[in-house]
Amino acid sequence: MNYVLRRLAGMIPVLLFTWTVVFIVLQVIPGDPVNLMLAGVPASEEVRANERARLGLDRPVVERYVTFLGRAIKGDLGESFRTRQPVGKMILEQARSTLELALGGLLVGLLVGLVLGILAGVRPNTWVDTLCMTLALVGVSLPSFWIGMVLIYVFGNVLGWVPIVGRGLPALILPSITVGLFIAGGFARLVRSSIIDALGQDYIRTARAKGLSRARIIFKHALRNAMIPPVTLLGVQIGVLIGGAVVTENVFARPGLGTMLVDGVLTKDMPLVQALVVYTTAAYLLVNLVVDILYGMIDPRIRMGRAT
Amino acid sequence: MSAVAAPAPSTTRRPRRWRTLRRFVRHPGAFAAAVVLATIVILAIVAPWIVPYDWNETDLGARLGAPNAEFWFGTDLHGRDVFSRVVYGARYSISIGLATVTLSLLAGSFIGIVIGYAGGRIDEWGSRFIDVMLGFPQIVMAILVVSILGVGLVNVVLAVAIAGVPRFARVVRGAVLVVKEQPFIEAARALGAGDLRIMLRHLLPNAVPTLVVLGTLDLGNAILTTATLSFLGLGAQPPTPEWGAMLNSGREYMRYAPWTMMFPGFALFLVVMAVNLLGDRLSQVLDPRSVDRK
Repeated sequence: MNYVLRRLAGMIPVLLFTWTVVFIVLQVIPGDPVNLMLAGVPASEEVRANERARLGLDRPVVERYVTFLGRAIKGDLGESFRTRQPVGKMILEQARSTLELALGGLLVGLLVGLVLGILAGVRPNTWVDTLCMTLALVGVSLPSFWIGMVLIYVFGNVLGWVPIVGRGLPALILPSITVGLFIAGGFARLVRSSIIDALGQDYIRTARAKGLSRARIIFKHALRNAMIPPVTLLGVQIGVLIGGAVVTENVFARPGLGTMLVDGVLTKDMPLVQALVVYTTAAYLLVNLVVDILYGMIDPRIRMGRAT
Repeated sequence: MSAVAAPAPSTTRRPRRWRTLRRFVRHPGAFAAAVVLATIVILAIVAPWIVPYDWNETDLGARLGAPNAEFWFGTDLHGRDVFSRVVYGARYSISIGLATVTLSLLAGSFIGIVIGYAGGRIDEWGSRFIDVMLGFPQIVMAILVVSILGVGLVNVVLAVAIAGVPRFARVVRGAVLVVKEQPFIEAARALGAGDLRIMLRHLLPNAVPTLVVLGTLDLGNAILTTATLSFLGLGAQPPTPEWGAMLNSGREYMRYAPWTMMFPGFALFLVVMAVNLLGDRLSQVLDPRSVDRK
């Protein structure tokens, strides 16, 4: 418990840092936010000045920074230039869709990655290994946006097996595969080397000497230990998942945080972009904390106090 | 550096290098990748002389035509020859990828060598900063940079390069820390070598093998990320024959004209796969600890 609190406290400087960077970005970005809001529509200087005052843009930078931080701590990240909605609310509304996609992608990625990795790791340097690792490399080399389009074309347009748009589970299948394939590649390679490593350990020789079956050795003895390094990688994968969500949502025209981010950049809706970046960082840190806690659970040899 | 400690290194180094090259080429996957990549690079270079049509020559009468003997990869929305555009696209992809990785590598090496050599507070804070940056998904960070710089191909190169800097910085810093306390550095300092000389002549060369591997592995990633940004409409704009941008404009018609997205996407996949295979093989050959997997 103590450890969790300490880790949570450790997140504060990182988030503060992100907030500061984001604030500076807003200052550096060319173009007056009010002009961006007007998007070329003519407005009198008085209207502009009023809007600036309302947003607090007429005050000195330091004062604005303090107000910005103060409001951010209370969870108020400002309102969207475009829709005038609080960005926090907008993000929460869309988060569900992205979360579904991320979980679906993770599931596909872990399943495929695990199968390829185990098959390759159990018989290293055979044709099975070569085949599995080539497939893993294909996974990381496939452009997500292209494979997404190919899946839509083949399974949606030609075969008509799954709906391309809409919500619910069937509409989640193709996007999950798109996100999952990328994760699977990296995961498979990690599982492979981890299994090869585990199978070379002394306790495996002992188990073999006891006359245990090969399947039993692999699944009861090697796998549990081999899973530790890949599990820690899951924390890093959230970054990949977020990146994958940006592209996949765009290809499948799904609503979600990734679509929001791209739209925000294209329309220069800076408060929205900032809030998304800050939330992403927070999510990344939280997931990594959870992964570290899980790590300690899987492997009791690790003392949480020292694992950072 | 190589662990050759013989008194006459010139005689032992050469065969060793050849052996490395042989090991590299003997792998069937790496060999195939090298052939594919060489073919694509040559095609990209001679593109203006070999493509059957101008990449921007529109023919509204031949719009969205299926692949045939005249147009091998079919025609796009404006009746342009998809084959010619895909071949031209290789120029963009490869040069963009190389430019991006070179920028990341230079900036990352500089930062890594400076903070690693300086040590102390600078190293501590610098490393923490790098760790925070590494936590960002590269594509999100690149999108953020594009939002500052604005939409466009050059800005996308800069954005992806900036997003790649922390990876190189971390690796170079690690390599610097390994050799920093070695006696030969102390000897160089005793001989009166300045900080700059030590950094460039003694520390940097030790990071080169790692940089070569990381740079190659990063090249595929850089090509993919820049193409992705162009696909999202943030990078190359039409009518540029860049693969990501071509896929973006082909997506609306893919139901009726799938060839407009199949061929550019496959070309992209082929290049990235070949680069990744080479990078993989390179890291196996250059890393003495790795067992040679045939």
